[in-house]
Amino acid sequence: MKFTLRQRQIISAYLFLSVSLLFFIVIRWYPTLLAFNISFRDWNVFESSGPWVGMDNFAEIWKDAFKPRSAVRAAFTNTILYVAYGVPLQLILGLGVALLLAQIRRFSAFFRVAYFAPYVTSAVAIAFVWNWLYQPQTGLINQVLSALNLPDQPFTSSPKQALQSVTAVAVWQNVGFAIIIFLAGIQQIPETYYEAARIDGANGWQIFWGITLPLLNPVIVYLTVLSTISYLRLFALVQNMSPQGTGGPLKSTTTVVLEVYREGFSSYHMGYAGALTVILFFVILAITVVQLKFLTRRFDY
Amino acid sequence: MTASIETSAERTIQLAERVVSSPVRPRGRFSWAEALAYLLLSLGVVVMVTPFVWMLLTSFKPAPELTRFAFLPVNPTLENYVRVLTTSSFGRWYLNSVLVATISTASVIFFDSLVGYTLNKFEFPGKNLIFIGILGTLMVPTEMLIIPWYTMSVDFGWHVGMAQYWGIAFPGVITATGIFLMRQFFDGVPSELLDAARIDGVGEFGIWWRIAMPLVKPAIAALAIFNFIGNWNAYLWPLIVANGRDFYTLPVGLSFFRGESTTEWEKIMTAASLASIPLLVVFLLFQRQIIKGIALTGLKG
Repeated sequence: MKFTLRQRQIISAYLFLSVSLLFFIVIRWYPTLLAFNISFRDWNVFESSGPWVGMDNFAEIWKDAFKPRSAVRAAFTNTILYVAYGVPLQLILGLGVALLLAQIRRFSAFFRVAYFAPYVTSAVAIAFVWNWLYQPQTGLINQVLSALNLPDQPFTSSPKQALQSVTAVAVWQNVGFAIIIFLAGIQQIPETYYEAARIDGANGWQIFWGITLPLLNPVIVYLTVLSTISYLRLFALVQNMSPQGTGGPLKSTTTVVLEVYREGFSSYHMGYAGALTVILFFVILAITVVQLKFLTRRFDY
Repeated sequence: MTASIETSAERTIQLAERVVSSPVRPRGRFSWAEALAYLLLSLGVVVMVTPFVWMLLTSFKPAPELTRFAFLPVNPTLENYVRVLTTSSFGRWYLNSVLVATISTASVIFFDSLVGYTLNKFEFPGKNLIFIGILGTLMVPTEMLIIPWYTMSVDFGWHVGMAQYWGIAFPGVITATGIFLMRQFFDGVPSELLDAARIDGVGEFGIWWRIAMPLVKPAIAALAIFNFIGNWNAYLWPLIVANGRDFYTLPVGLSFFRGESTTEWEKIMTAASLASIPLLVVFLLFQRQIIKGIALTGLKG
């Protein structure tokens, strides 16, 4: 049998795509539909099925979200707080360090390595190291505080400080990524803009507000979206920074994903956990849609 | 091979290259601004590096030294390492992590570039639908898929015995981000070159593997780095599917030190060191390529 060149191309294309198409259908699309299906059922993992209960799981989440001391209410409020504290802090510190790195002429490789190292380190190891640093009395931070005659801080052992203490670690771990992306953005701004501004007599502050910041706008939007999504998905750090991994003390650090894990894989409420992930999906989808609206021409000036 | 048209992919490579190259600026005179930048950056480095240093120092301290404040170990010991290595399965966890990360990365390099290439260089019916179908999976957070993946793994027996390696790895053997990245980078490979090979009678697979692939090496390196680190540090899914300590990956195995004893910090810090040092050493050795790779995938992804 003889094929034309065009027919041969079509056959090759589908041959090359075959395994991957199968993968995306079986491992991505089917489970996505299954996730929606599970969220409408009273799903039992050991029987791989359960009766259809309609919106019951969502109604239950809605009800729990208004119960004063429920885990889900804590998970929703905490997750919003992680985003609200973490994202601005990470962006401001990331931009600050990137601007400083753009100033210096030597040792920039050393600084890059130091700021980026936590980003490639496992969140579990990082959680343990900070648990130790945060320890009351024996932890390094409290030892330093008492050497300076300052009062001991409870950090993650008090519900009042735990969430902020975990946020600080998340920022510490992820700021390196923001630095690298900001650095790429800063270096793309043409040097001639700065020269022109200097000739016109602009000072450093005016150059920052008038040139650097406006031209970094696409990078800022991009990093805001990316870090918002990553803070919405916080799990490993939170689980390993709370005693027993429950998002304590008193649920003060728990997140939506940690509750998904606990409901689904400790209590086996798969339907309820599935409904939580569907909610997470719609939140991330909304953010992605907003990103597409704001970011049509990324990194092009 | 020199492509005369500068594509967006090449611009991104140049940009990522600039992030890791030291700025070439005239060796001007001393400036207060630069001195201040060094000072602030160094203060930041103390915050970034101290946790790692403290982790390592603690791992060499005998238990009684932990309650007294001394920065360096007075009687440094390797006993913690002996104890952790003999009482846990760290060796096995290294093996599991290396195995899972290597297999996933090799598979990602092969399939992501094959699909990216096909979507860039071939015309065939259904191309747009397939592209959107693959890209659309990026909207679905993996947290939403863990429950369906788990029920699938139970149905197929991927959560028991040797099949667990596949169970841990399968969600990441082909990635939409990688396909998207590679599709853009194959823009830089001129179609005329591929047509010339076709006239010479080279098969379609050979054209991709022997002619197109060598031209996108920087992108492949970035994809490999990004994936290896991601798989090495993956936590939530391996935690769910790995069943029994012989099949834990490093982060999962490490996380079980959380419950063991919250007072034996020298032991926990030793485990954290064992889990994080190998990748940190790799990072220090290849920092240029790794930061460039993350910048590249971050800018494109």
